[in-house]
Amino acid sequence: CRQALRSVPGPEVDFARAEREHQLYVGVLRGKLGLQVLELPADESLPDCVFVEDVAVVCEETALLTRPGAPSRRKEVEAMKRVLESLNLNIIEMVDENATLDGGDVLFTGREFFVGLSRRTNQRGAEILADTFKDYAVSTVPVHDSLHLKSFCSMAGPNLIAIGSSEAAQKALKTMQQMSDHRYDKLTVPDDAAANCIYLNIPSKGHVLLHRAPEEYPESAKVFEKLKDHMLIPIANTELEKVDGSLTCCSVFINKASEL
Amino acid sequence: MGSEEGWRGGGGRATIALRWGPLCRVSMAVFTGSLRSPRDAEAAGGAGPADRASKILCCYPVGIVDFILQIFKIPTGVKVSAVIMTTEIGSETEVKKDSEQLGPDKAKDKSEEASETPGDQKSRETSSGEAQDSSVPAPTNQSSPSSQKKEKSSSESKGISRFLPPWLKKQKSYTLAEPKDEPKKRATGEEQVAEVSESQAVEGVAQPRKSLEEATENRQNAKADDKEKHSVSSAEIQPSKEDGKETEVEEVAEKKEEKQEEKEKRETKEVQTAEIKIDNIPQKSPKKIKTVQCKVMLLDGTEYSCDLEKRARGQVLFDKVCEHLNLLEKDYFGLLFYENSEQKNWLDSSKEIKRQIRSLPWIFTFNVKFYPPDPSQLTEDITRYFLCLQLRQDIVSGRLPCSFVTHALLGSYTLQAELGDHDPEEHSSDYISEFQFAPNQTQEMEEKVAELHKTHRGLTPAQADSQFLENAKRLSMYGVDLHHAKDSEGVDIMLGVCANGLLIYKDRLRINRFAWPKILKISYKRSNFYIKVRPAELEQFESTIGFKLPNHRAAKRLWKVCVEHHTFFRLLSPEQPPKAKFLTLGSKFRYSGRTQAQTRQASNLIDRPAPYFERTSSKRVSRSLDGAPMGISDQSLVRDFSATGGQAAGDKIIDLEAAGQAKLKEGGREEDESPLKTPQLELTQDGKPPVVKTEMVTISDATQRTEISTKEIPIVQTETKTITYESSQLDGNAVGDTGVLVSAQTITSESISTTTTTHITKMVKGGVSETRIEKRIVITGDADIDHDEALAQAIKEAKEQHPDMSVTRVVVHKETELAEEDED
Repeated sequence: CRQALRSVPGPEVDFARAEREHQLYVGVLRGKLGLQVLELPADESLPDCVFVEDVAVVCEETALLTRPGAPSRRKEVEAMKRVLESLNLNIIEMVDENATLDGGDVLFTGREFFVGLSRRTNQRGAEILADTFKDYAVSTVPVHDSLHLKSFCSMAGPNLIAIGSSEAAQKALKTMQQMSDHRYDKLTVPDDAAANCIYLNIPSKGHVLLHRAPEEYPESAKVFEKLKDHMLIPIANTELEKVDGSLTCCSVFINKASEL
Repeated sequence: MGSEEGWRGGGGRATIALRWGPLCRVSMAVFTGSLRSPRDAEAAGGAGPADRASKILCCYPVGIVDFILQIFKIPTGVKVSAVIMTTEIGSETEVKKDSEQLGPDKAKDKSEEASETPGDQKSRETSSGEAQDSSVPAPTNQSSPSSQKKEKSSSESKGISRFLPPWLKKQKSYTLAEPKDEPKKRATGEEQVAEVSESQAVEGVAQPRKSLEEATENRQNAKADDKEKHSVSSAEIQPSKEDGKETEVEEVAEKKEEKQEEKEKRETKEVQTAEIKIDNIPQKSPKKIKTVQCKVMLLDGTEYSCDLEKRARGQVLFDKVCEHLNLLEKDYFGLLFYENSEQKNWLDSSKEIKRQIRSLPWIFTFNVKFYPPDPSQLTEDITRYFLCLQLRQDIVSGRLPCSFVTHALLGSYTLQAELGDHDPEEHSSDYISEFQFAPNQTQEMEEKVAELHKTHRGLTPAQADSQFLENAKRLSMYGVDLHHAKDSEGVDIMLGVCANGLLIYKDRLRINRFAWPKILKISYKRSNFYIKVRPAELEQFESTIGFKLPNHRAAKRLWKVCVEHHTFFRLLSPEQPPKAKFLTLGSKFRYSGRTQAQTRQASNLIDRPAPYFERTSSKRVSRSLDGAPMGISDQSLVRDFSATGGQAAGDKIIDLEAAGQAKLKEGGREEDESPLKTPQLELTQDGKPPVVKTEMVTISDATQRTEISTKEIPIVQTETKTITYESSQLDGNAVGDTGVLVSAQTITSESISTTTTTHITKMVKGGVSETRIEKRIVITGDADIDHDEALAQAIKEAKEQHPDMSVTRVVVHKETELAEEDED
């Protein structure tokens, strides 16, 4: 992932450290939380392949294979497709050449979808998502200043949206609130990047929240630490962040036991 | 103030909130009394019974005062119950004024005055008309029919206030009015009814009325074009005008229409009465009634036919259908008629059917109109069952999109409800193919359905229905009524009206949403539809957003649907129609049915064993497939006629406008009268002998209503106090004693700040006729109202007007606004 796409030029990614962080990430999911983790083989020709979230949106029994906004990433879908097929999910492929969608722009709240219209995701992509998940309302949210919708927000609980403090983030939240028939609680954190966290509801563990480490975002971490009902697991993501990676980017959660 | 509820659609009218400012509502008093009325005694040929004691209650701080005056007249003695209800007023003078209108003697004096103020005049006219009706039952007097007739016609064209006041007097004269005058043959049911009960006198009355109507009709036709122009122009003005201004201008044409509507309404009421009478007095049914055969496509795919009097209102048909279906919680449903395959219209209950469908065939579709957001709150399983049927149609037709899994799950609940537990022997592999679960049903889906069906073992049909609904209600398009439109840039979008507000879709995507609280006003002009939106947090100004609809009618349809949904889901009780001011622009259409809050309240009163009903076999669903979904099948029928229907479009618009106005009036009355009262009447009509509940009921309803408002009203927090005084004698009377309803009518008169609603019912109890008058006066103001004085005045006037009746009951509601918080 050294050649990964990045929105702003910056310091080199310390590959070794990135790998350590990633292994820690996987270790938490597999070891600490007892999830079954399927790792896709790394493909050096696809520098962004670690960000698996962008190539598939899985909800219940259905998986939508996306057409990533960055042409260089389109091939990533193939590996994902193979794995999802093995899981026996209903698979929908986005074949429309006018459509682009990155999973990072898709926020599923449990009740509905919000799709960020960004440089990577367009209207057509969102429409296909809406066609795929017909039960749910799919609302669009303009995203201007960041890569993805989920660059500054994510779900932090069953009804809780974690949101960054930037103007763009707050504006997007307003839009989402207006579009929804449902009222969400919000958890505002000082740092946009820290608002991207991973919430899991694991039967044996209850509410689990993976959030950015205090060393990275001390103020935001303090906010997370106020969540009393959650099992909080800080995870560092310093290296991948340099190439616009966030916590949710590196995994796709599927609520289904694998027979593999 | 300025609560979001203030907007009124299309008619740019000042919002209530704006006008009233901080709301203080005092609902006032109902007093009922019984007095001896010599005349009545004569009529009944009996001796007057003892007077009933009257009590009065009142006490209110500030705000709206709501009095109910019930005036009761009974055969021997006359019982008068006067209900004075709420009106918006600042001072008691208004009250006086209104009541004066009612006073017979005074009324005449005032006629001149009336002519000067057109608005008042109008209301008086109306009431005068009504008064005439009321006269029907009392046959004693004689006056030359022709003169009466003249009077009527004159009242029609000019406001004649003098007719209003003297109900009693008028009655006599009207009774006399004889058939000769009318060249017209009154073959209508109403007339017949009248005949049955009161013989000629009644007939005489009916005739003039009819002639009036005809006259009105003609006029209407003649003016149709004009009117249309008027309405259009008015509509145009709406969006751009300031709220305050909008209220002020009203077209004459509209006014007339309204009048006309009033008359029609009266007519229908009579018709209903007629039916009742016929039931009771079967031997007499000499005259032929002009009837039309109606067909109604029901949700289970069957067809219901009945004969309807040609001039029947929508409500008559709707009630018949609901009775046929044994459905009590009927406010969620409605009847549709199709202009063509695309355009469906809801039949307006308060309007004559014929005027709505014009030349279209009398074919209707019974459908869910308001999808309850939480079906588990419905009281009866049978209601849920019909909702399920509707949703199955919606799903199969593709209107309600579902994922594969949801199709399968809902299908499996359908199977469970209709077939019961899965039985491997009985339910062979292809048993499922006979059912339709989805627009595009696959083998795979059927297998999934069968698999899930097995897991529902033990669920009763009602439980399966409930599960079905629990899953269906979460679908994003559940209860969303979609309308094609274009945005300001000409991009195709869909507008979805639902319980929570207005949703904007582009293709499948939701691109915006306006919750009802965000919307200040909705209106339409030509083919444009506008919403005025509350300013966002940091913004200062309201913005108006326009959408382009395919045509004027589509815009109007959307507007109506919005008005209705907003009222049903968001308001506690239907909005009062705009005041009948001179030169007010815009449609006065308001939703006049019950709101969800009211229907829930009423449902709580349902006390019957769960009705047995048969779930039509699954084949129903497949059947509908064969042809087309229900709605569509009649559409095709309708299509043949659409050409003619289309031609009449211009007129129809007018017609609709008129209907809207009528509805307004009616809505106002119902409201004024306490929203729950009407429902109860309706309930009793279902199957049971027609019964008019006595004041007791009315009062308690009124109380309930206000209670609701304190608890659930979304708009304004209010505090309500209700005090009731009534004579003890009345009580017994009120509770169990039911009689045969002979006639019922409602008169609404309004002055600038007061609304007086008078409801007169005549009943026959044990051969004795009884007249009851209930007045409701609503006073609303943001300044202190001297309730005691207002009430005293109202009572005094009621007594003056009806010296032969006594006040038996006074109920006072006081509603004070606690805080002005905008919800949401």
